Amino acid sequence: MPAALIDSIPATARPAEARTLLRVKDLQTTFRTGGNSSVRAVDGVSFDLDPGETLAIVGESGSGKSVTSLSLMGLLPKDTGSVTGGSMRLNGFEMRGFSEEEMRAVRGKQIGMIFQEPMTSLNPVKTVGWQIMEMVMHHEKLSRRAAYRRAIEMLDLVGIPEPARRVDNYPHQMSGGMRQRAMIAMALSCEPRILIADEPTTALDVTIQAQMLELMKDLQDRMGMAIIFITHDLGVVAEVADRVVVMYAGQVVESGEVEQIFEAPRMPYTAGLMNSIPRIGASRRKERLRAIPGTVPPLSDLPHGCRFNPRCAHATELCRATPPALEEVGPGHAVRCARWRDITLDIMDTE
Amino acid sequence: MTTPLLQVSNLRKTFPIPGGLLGRIKAEVNAVNDVSFDVARGEVVGLVGESGSGKTTVGRTLLRLEEATSGTVNFDGTSVLDLPPEKLRSFRKQMQIIFQDPYASLNPREKVRDILSHPLKLHGIGSREDRTDRVVSLLEKVGLGADQLDRFPHEFSGGQRQRIGIARALAVEPQFIVADEPVSALDVSIQAQVINLLEDLCQDLGLTMLFIAHDLGVVEHFCDRVIVMYLGRVVEMGRSVDLYSNPNHPYTQALLSAVPQPKPGRRKDRIVLKGDIPSPINPPSGCVFRTRCPLADAECAKVVPVLKDLGNGHKSACIKTT
Repeated sequence: MPAALIDSIPATARPAEARTLLRVKDLQTTFRTGGNSSVRAVDGVSFDLDPGETLAIVGESGSGKSVTSLSLMGLLPKDTGSVTGGSMRLNGFEMRGFSEEEMRAVRGKQIGMIFQEPMTSLNPVKTVGWQIMEMVMHHEKLSRRAAYRRAIEMLDLVGIPEPARRVDNYPHQMSGGMRQRAMIAMALSCEPRILIADEPTTALDVTIQAQMLELMKDLQDRMGMAIIFITHDLGVVAEVADRVVVMYAGQVVESGEVEQIFEAPRMPYTAGLMNSIPRIGASRRKERLRAIPGTVPPLSDLPHGCRFNPRCAHATELCRATPPALEEVGPGHAVRCARWRDITLDIMDTE
Repeated sequence: MTTPLLQVSNLRKTFPIPGGLLGRIKAEVNAVNDVSFDVARGEVVGLVGESGSGKTTVGRTLLRLEEATSGTVNFDGTSVLDLPPEKLRSFRKQMQIIFQDPYASLNPREKVRDILSHPLKLHGIGSREDRTDRVVSLLEKVGLGADQLDRFPHEFSGGQRQRIGIARALAVEPQFIVADEPVSALDVSIQAQVINLLEDLCQDLGLTMLFIAHDLGVVEHFCDRVIVMYLGRVVEMGRSVDLYSNPNHPYTQALLSAVPQPKPGRRKDRIVLKGDIPSPINPPSGCVFRTRCPLADAECAKVVPVLKDLGNGHKSACIKTT
């Protein structure tokens, strides 16, 4: 059982390289789009995740951020999507090529996942408690009684009032915010080392979002799991992330520490995103928003050279001719821009 | 002082919930409760609130896409809620709406040419050739072109589709537009384009707009004045500058502090509200916000707070802070 194997080696006994919890290297995920054609939704994505840290993957629709997480979880639609290149090493174990049974052992136990819409991960015809019990009985071989106790503990942990009563509720008997909490309880019930959260607060009202972000931070402090937080909201990124990966059209275009990304972005796309959001308090001068022109290119019709070049104010012949590589610009900070040495990016004053 | 273009007084909308014995009415949703506000000509007013606040219902009621339960709406001298059906159609030339979802609000089987000429035909504007010219100039106004006349909605991106939705609302040259979350479904980099477009149009055409949104950053940027709703009621309103720099109502304060800011470093001053938004079927007595309010006491359960003027048209409905 690889899941057991992954657990069996203490972190200290492994070489330093393997202390990285998750190492994704040159990941490629391809979707068949009918006939003989296909698109590469994730094209050479690499990142590392250390134990206990929060990595935000940020991008717009079509950037490949969600497909990256589905690839990690082995949840790609079987008939159309598949990982076609690269590697995903969990605690040093290559997950690519894991059988369905092996992936089931990884999901839930090693990597938990929460989604934007809780109803996509909660079964409407089973009680919330039973859904948690199923997980812990399967992965941790707990007895029914112990599993029931764990379910109540988990609901309590995520701040659901009267957990001993709520454990017997069906999802529809809960409010939206409570369902979101129940989904988090379920994802964390086997104490996974990694929690993948795919736009977990996007559908929520802002006051409920604030509660959820607080809850996730608190649970991370207590349980120590690493979080991959997938979102399009730069405000949320600034709030939760230690490190940030910015994706555009299937590729990583910039990655670095959260301060590097927000205070000194080197990729024109990253800077463009920052400048295009109206911030509270910043617009009293009634400045016009600096929009990025054009639209995200479809994966079936990507521009030559840099994928961002048609929308980039700094693009030159070089950018239109040659696809840039991801280059290190400083410690832990990488950017996919051929001109990063030549250009100065102007970030809108935030005060 | 000139008369406002739009005057809304004591607007109320309840939705019946059938389901009792023999299909009788079991309960009512108090979607909009005693809402009053004015919009001056040429002004852009933001209407903000979370789900269940009633902001969308207010917009739809003004246009009579929903019939109000009670209250009055006065638009440029016309009592909108009293208009008989035969006058309603011609009146709607004055007031148009832009919907949130550019995917759901355009007929997928119609070409752009038809989508945009329908409202013209309906209101008897222009001859056939004239209408084509008008449609082309509408497309140009929203940043599209004549070469796109014969395309179907699915051939456009989300942002372009929203531009078509805007062009359709502008076709009959309305004075007033309700924009219901017009940029919420769009990608970040496209949102800014559409906001800039709306800003230009408001300026160039002298439009008056009610801008319904939940994104407080967008509203501050775009709107002259803001109305904050919670569970069907207005809790605070005022000029954007006043309301954002000096929010009075505890709900507005919490709402503004809850918005994640794109600046790393954890915020210390955040007010995190406890609990969920109560159901509008059975809203709390007294102040509707009291169940989540950090300042609430027994008094708040008894009194329905009225909007008190704090100067400059800044009003707040809280017995603790006004």
